[in-house]
Amino acid sequence: MQKRAAASLKAAPPSDAGFPSPDPLRGAPSPTEGGGSAPGVWTDAHCAALLLAADPAAFGGAVVRAPPGPVRERWLETLRAALPPGTPWRRLPPAIGDDSLLGGLDLAATLAAGRAITRAGLLAQADGGIVVVPMAERLPPGTASRLAAALDTGTASDRPARFGLILLDEGEADETVAEALADRLAFRIDLGGVGIGDCDAAPADAEPDAAAEPDPLGTLCRLAEALGVDSLRGPILAARVARWLAADRPVGTAEITAAARLVLAPRATRLPTPEEPRTEEAEAPPPPPAEDRDAPDAAEPAEAEPADACVLEAVRAAIPAGLLDQLMAGGARLSAAKAGRAGQFAAARTGRPIGSRRGDPRRGRLDLLATLRAAAPWQALRRGGEETRRLVVRRDDLRIRILRQRTETTTVFCVDASGSAALERLAEAKGAVELLLAEAYVRRDRVALVAFRGTGAELVLPPTRSLTRAKRGLSGLPGGGGTPLAAGIDAALGVALGVRRTGSRPVIVLLTDGRANVARSGEGGRARAGAEALQAARALRAAGLPALVIDTGARGEGARAVAEAMAARYLILPRADAGRLSAAVRAAL
Amino acid sequence: MPTFPFSAIVAQDEMRQALLIAAVDPAVGGVLVFGDRGTGKSTAIRALAALLPPMRAVVGCPYNCDPDSPAESCPHCASLPGARKKSEKKPVPVVDLPLGATEDRVVGTLDLERALGAGVKAFEPGLLARANRGFLYIDEVNLLEDHLVDLLLDVAASGVNTVEREGLSLRHPARFVLVGSGNPEEGELRPQLLDRFGLACEVATPKDIATRIAVVRARDAYERDPEGFCAARSGDERKIQKQILLARERLPSLSVPDAALERAARLCLALGTDGLRGELTLMRTARALAALDGAETVTDDHLRRIAPAALRHRLRRNPLEESGSTARVERALAEVFA
Repeated sequence: MQKRAAASLKAAPPSDAGFPSPDPLRGAPSPTEGGGSAPGVWTDAHCAALLLAADPAAFGGAVVRAPPGPVRERWLETLRAALPPGTPWRRLPPAIGDDSLLGGLDLAATLAAGRAITRAGLLAQADGGIVVVPMAERLPPGTASRLAAALDTGTASDRPARFGLILLDEGEADETVAEALADRLAFRIDLGGVGIGDCDAAPADAEPDAAAEPDPLGTLCRLAEALGVDSLRGPILAARVARWLAADRPVGTAEITAAARLVLAPRATRLPTPEEPRTEEAEAPPPPPAEDRDAPDAAEPAEAEPADACVLEAVRAAIPAGLLDQLMAGGARLSAAKAGRAGQFAAARTGRPIGSRRGDPRRGRLDLLATLRAAAPWQALRRGGEETRRLVVRRDDLRIRILRQRTETTTVFCVDASGSAALERLAEAKGAVELLLAEAYVRRDRVALVAFRGTGAELVLPPTRSLTRAKRGLSGLPGGGGTPLAAGIDAALGVALGVRRTGSRPVIVLLTDGRANVARSGEGGRARAGAEALQAARALRAAGLPALVIDTGARGEGARAVAEAMAARYLILPRADAGRLSAAVRAAL
Repeated sequence: MPTFPFSAIVAQDEMRQALLIAAVDPAVGGVLVFGDRGTGKSTAIRALAALLPPMRAVVGCPYNCDPDSPAESCPHCASLPGARKKSEKKPVPVVDLPLGATEDRVVGTLDLERALGAGVKAFEPGLLARANRGFLYIDEVNLLEDHLVDLLLDVAASGVNTVEREGLSLRHPARFVLVGSGNPEEGELRPQLLDRFGLACEVATPKDIATRIAVVRARDAYERDPEGFCAARSGDERKIQKQILLARERLPSLSVPDAALERAARLCLALGTDGLRGELTLMRTARALAALDGAETVTDDHLRRIAPAALRHRLRRNPLEESGSTARVERALAEVFA
């Protein structure tokens, strides 16, 4: 089964005239099959692997989101087996340097030989094949941008480097790969919910009656629009996939459906609204009042052909569950920015020199004096024999400077948006966050915002320096409901720990009146909620995070106990305006 | 595979105009393109460089010096004997500056190979040298470390890279058009840096379906048959090429009437831009635009067309103000040109 599908997928692309006549059964997965179920996901993943194997560079590659394990290995094996024998297959080491990635001087060989010895980089070696990136969610932004440039130009240091990129995304929760890179790859595969038992499903073959589409590109563009895929790379890559699947036939509905499922559905940022069934159109009741999201569809009913509707239906089924929730939380963007900071921290290239250490001078700055000092004692020994150089330096002598960077601060605001913290309080908190953000903008610090109300907490604003997003997140912050203080502290702790992992310094500012009345489970009950809040506060202290509690309660010191439990500074601001609040926070940090 | 032709880029008029202006007068000081992903930013820059006629450069010069007028600061050409230098044709370079590039790689550094191999103190030119007379493209400039952006803008403005490090001390020519792109959702450039870019354009993914289809269709046609697609566009490409070359010739003789200067000053006053960089850039870019149009002098129309791109990133702003900078420039334009 798998073999046949592979054969059918290797049908000649339109540009490749030299291939034998294609198999009549082309492997477009049936639009009615599977949907979001695990076997369906595997079928699509399988299909993507076969397409990738057929022409890695044309499709850019795939983001494979899955924990390391047999399913992921199975997918990689599938891809590898489908590639022609001898195709290059390279794994990218996590901390690869420019010289090994793009090619350049081979330092060890050069020093040994006393003359320049260069070698091709990993990307050039992988020309025509596949580059696999493990732990892609931790890929330093510098490496990501080099990979993106190589994907765009097909070269690395003037050598041809046309390859398919497999990003193995092992991220948890909101960690994802750099969007700038993911956007250039055709496929996104989430094998998270797939068991090894599901992996026997092979792509179904296309229905024989697939009708030719009059305007395949138009259909793909409209689909992309309906799914909220803004980047035009989406429809462009989908068009490439559809053309490939159709081989030398005109592109039909089946190919469009398959391409949309494989390329567009995983990029969806909104769910297309269901179309009214066409058959009942004559006596159809007036359409339901348009919701905010379906405006594009509703505005152009004439353009949405019945074929579109049917394709859309199939595509909707392929949208992974939970994708939209993740998008709402801004997961993708958060991680891209986070990776940026982490990368800079790991390889501090700026800052104050605080010494030198052994290392590769192309990954840091050469400390010439220290290098010579390291080499000096050995000169007499190293000279002699055939060595005629006046100075013999070996790789072990090379010293680079250690630089220390100013660590940036991320202020995590945890705001009580419950009914008890009256609405004006919320406005004050918003004002303070805005003021601090404006200052952070100048200092290049970051701000995050967690709000809790009703039955749970929500990350309103992931760590950001972006005013655009901050404004949006703040203005949409609703108020009212119970006070799930424990959930709020837990959420702030989670964000702060994430910030600390990236090498930045988190500070938590909790604004609350301390009147917890909703437990973590979402149930009411003052006693249990209070106990849980104290417990959460102690967890925060155990994590060693600096914190500040601002009591916004109008009566008494309700939040003092919480502040003590988390060993935080405590401020009472019963009647503060945003300006005073901001000044207090600044003074406390 | 030939580069996607510049004339085939659909929509994004403001970005194309800004790039053309920078190609006519590299001294306008860099173009910043802020906006969504997948809007053809990098395509446009590569296409523009491919469209420009190949340049003549001194053979072996790491800085691509013009044989007729080698840069005074070029260490290579200064050491060559004789007035006439051997030259070759080279395509206009587009150098990508990746995030995380070290200062060494950008500025150039001690040539390790030769220092360690032969014990010679020699300079290994960096990316700035390679970009001389071409384009330096930085994707995600907003994520680039500040000190690097600062350094790049400095060099872009002066046209000379001064190296003082590892016991080296030299200057070499580095005249290039700096093009930075990025997405403001991922962090913003500091205002101090923003102000130093000559032009700033905002690009957005086209929202209307017809334009989107046109983009995908053009790309699809190009992928099916790159050679044929480019051949079909070669007439348009030549037209743009001629427009740029003519504009470059015309630029020095183009006059700027006092009335236009006054308008520019009033516009900047109305917007409260800091310093005089706003006026200077506005005049420079308006002149380049007039040259592209084939006009004799700079008119109000040129000022009006270029003002948003030349000024929107220079406004002193409350970072949380709701109305966008573009709207403020438009308002000021309406007042001054009333």
